[in-house]
Amino acid sequence: MSAVDTWVSAFHAGSAVQPGADLPWLAALRREALYRFADEGWPTRRHPRWQHTSLAFMDQQDFAANTVAPDAAAALSRLRADNEGHWLVFIGGRFNAGLSAIGALPAGVQLSSLAEALDTQPEAVQAAFGSATDGDSPAALNLALATDGAWLHLPRGVALDAPVHLVFIGGADTASQHLRNLIVAEANSEATLVEHYLGEGEATTLTTATTRLQVAADARITHLKLQQEAEPAIHLASIDAVQGRGAHFASHSLSFGARLARNDIHTRFDGEGCEALLNGLYHLDGRRHVDHHTSINHAQPRGSSREFYRGLLDGNARGVFTGRIIVAKDAQRSDAMQRCDNLLLSRAVEADARPELEIYADDVKCAHGATVGQIDEDSLFYLRTRGLDDTHARQLLTYAFAADALDRIALLPLRKQARAALLARLPGAELLEELL
Amino acid sequence: MLDIKNLKASVEGKDILKGLDLQVKAGEVHAIMGPNGSGKSTLSQVLAGRDAFEVTDGSVTWDGQDLLAMPIEERARAGLFLAFQYPVEIPGVSNAYFLKAAVNAVRKHRGLPEFDAMDFLTRVKAEMKAVGMKEEFLYRAVNEGFSGGEKKRNEVLQMALLEPRLAILDETDSGLDIDALKVVADGVNRLRSPERSLIVITHYQRLLDYIVPDHVHVLSQGRIVRSGGRELALELEEKGYGWIGDAGEIHAAPPAAGGAQ
Repeated sequence: MSAVDTWVSAFHAGSAVQPGADLPWLAALRREALYRFADEGWPTRRHPRWQHTSLAFMDQQDFAANTVAPDAAAALSRLRADNEGHWLVFIGGRFNAGLSAIGALPAGVQLSSLAEALDTQPEAVQAAFGSATDGDSPAALNLALATDGAWLHLPRGVALDAPVHLVFIGGADTASQHLRNLIVAEANSEATLVEHYLGEGEATTLTTATTRLQVAADARITHLKLQQEAEPAIHLASIDAVQGRGAHFASHSLSFGARLARNDIHTRFDGEGCEALLNGLYHLDGRRHVDHHTSINHAQPRGSSREFYRGLLDGNARGVFTGRIIVAKDAQRSDAMQRCDNLLLSRAVEADARPELEIYADDVKCAHGATVGQIDEDSLFYLRTRGLDDTHARQLLTYAFAADALDRIALLPLRKQARAALLARLPGAELLEELL
Repeated sequence: MLDIKNLKASVEGKDILKGLDLQVKAGEVHAIMGPNGSGKSTLSQVLAGRDAFEVTDGSVTWDGQDLLAMPIEERARAGLFLAFQYPVEIPGVSNAYFLKAAVNAVRKHRGLPEFDAMDFLTRVKAEMKAVGMKEEFLYRAVNEGFSGGEKKRNEVLQMALLEPRLAILDETDSGLDIDALKVVADGVNRLRSPERSLIVITHYQRLLDYIVPDHVHVLSQGRIVRSGGRELALELEEKGYGWIGDAGEIHAAPPAAGGAQ
C-alpha cells in the first residue's frame, strides 16, 4: 500500500544507502522534504492545483515490480538508431554505466549521474538541488527518495551540438523509481536535453521525477520529454526552470503512456527579455488521465512566452490542462500567448482547459484561447471523395491535428522520433507510415 | 452512363432537389446552370455521397450500379470525381502525401500496381506542369494558404491524377480571374475523351466559352426546367435568370435572344 507511512518506512530503510547519504546538508534536506510529504499527504481535489487530478487513491494503491526484466539494450538500440547524442541510461532509478554512452564533451562540460556529481562536487550540486518547499507534496517525496538522475553543467559560452539523452527504464525489481535531474547552463551556453521514460509490463509502478534547470543570461536550452511508460504506470513529474536575462527556454512535453501522468511545468523570467516556448502534446485512450499544470512567471519586463498544448482524447480518457501566466507589476511590455486545443475522438472523454491569468502590469499583451472539437466532417468528406476510406481519412486528420505540435520541435531527428512515438499509438498507423 | 430519375433530396427537413431528371452519356459534357439556391451544389454533393443530404426519392444509376448505395470512397474509386467549389484545407498533411494516398487508393481498386515514390513524383510533376503549379505545392499542406486559383488548380490536378470516368466540376470558375480560368479550362479539356463524362456546374456562362458543353440544363427550385444546346447558355448570359418564376415554373417563353435561336 502506498499510504504515507509506507513511504516514510521506505525512506528510513533506504536513506543510508542513498547517494550522498553522508552529506549532512542533503540528509537534512531529505528529512525536511519527507516530513513535509508526511504532513501534507497526497494532494486531493481540495488542493487548488489538483482540482482535476486527485491523488487520494494513492493511499490505497499497491505498487509492484514487474517480474520480467525490460530489454533495456533493445529499447536503447531502437532509440539510438536515428539519434546522435550523449546517452545516460537509468534502470529502476539507478545509473547504468554499461548501457550509457556519454561520449566526448567540449572542455569544461560536466555530464554524469547525480550520484557521481554528489561525490565529486557536492557544493555545486547543493546550489542547484532545490528545496523541500518546492512544488507540491509529490515533489517533496521525490526530493526525499530520489536515488539518482542526471547532472549537467555547461560552462559559459559552450554549446553542445548533439542532444543529451536521458533514458529512464523501469527496473525488474523496483516498484517505484524517483529521479532528480539538475541542469546548470551558464551564460551564453546552449544545449538540448531529452528525457525518455520507457516501461513495459502489467504491474502498477510509480515514477516521480524532478528536472530543475538554471538557464543563465542569453543561454538557450531546449528540453523535450517523451513519456511512454507502460499502461498501468503512474507518473508524477515536475520541470522547473529559472531564466536569466535574455535566456531562451523551450519545453516540449509529449505524454503518450501511463494510466495517470501529471506534469508540473514552471518557468520564471528572472531577467529582462526572456523567451519561453511551452509546447505539449498528449494522446490518451482507455481510462488514462493526463494533467499538465503549467505556469510562466513574467517576473521581469519585456519577456515573451508562447504556449501551445494539444490533446487527442479517445476512449474514456481525461485530459487536463492548466496554463497559469503571471505578469509582475513591473514586468512591462510582457507578451504572452497561450492556446490549448483538444480533439475528441470519442463521446466519453473529458477535456479540461483552464487558463489562469494574473496580470499586475499595465503595458502587456496577453492572449489565450481554448478549443474542444471533433474531426471535421468537411475534411473527412473531402478525403473520402478522393478514395481514402473512412478509417484512413480519420487517422490522417487525427495525425494532422497533432502535427501542429510536432512541427514545433526544431530538431528533425527528435521530431521524427516524436512522430513515430505518436503513430505507434494511433490505430491504423500503418496507413500513415509514409509520413515518417 | 449516369441516369438520374426523379431525384429528391433534403437537408435538415428542407427540400432542395424536387424531382430532378438527367441523363449523361459517356463522352458528353453537360453544363448545369441556374441561379443561387437552385440546388446545383446539392446535386454535386449528393452524387459524391455527402450524407448531410437525405435522398427522399428517386434513383441514380451509374453504369448499371445503384450509385446512392455506394459509400463515398467506393464512388471515387469507381471513377467519380467531384471538384469542390470550396476545397478543404488540411493543415499538417502534405499535398504530396495526400495526392499519393488518393492515387494509390484508386489504383489499388482498379487492379493497377500502386505507385512507388519515384513513379509518383514523375507522374505528379508532369501533371503539375500542365496545370501551371509550382513544385513547392507538393510539400505544402493540402490547400493551406493557397489562393482561390491555386486551390482550383489543385482540384484539376487531382482530377488529372485520378482519371475519373465521371467528373463533376462544382463552380470551378468562381473566384478565378480570366488567366486562371483558362488554365483550369485547359486542364479540363485535356481530360475530355469518348469514355469520360463531365458535368460542369456554373452560375456564369463565361466558363463555357472555354469548356464547350454538348448540353446545357437550367436548374431552378430543384428541377431541371429547360435543356438545350450551347446556345441556351448564351441566351442565359444575355437574359439572366429573371425569366424563371419564383416557383421554378416558366411563366412565359424566354424573350427571344437576338437571333441566338
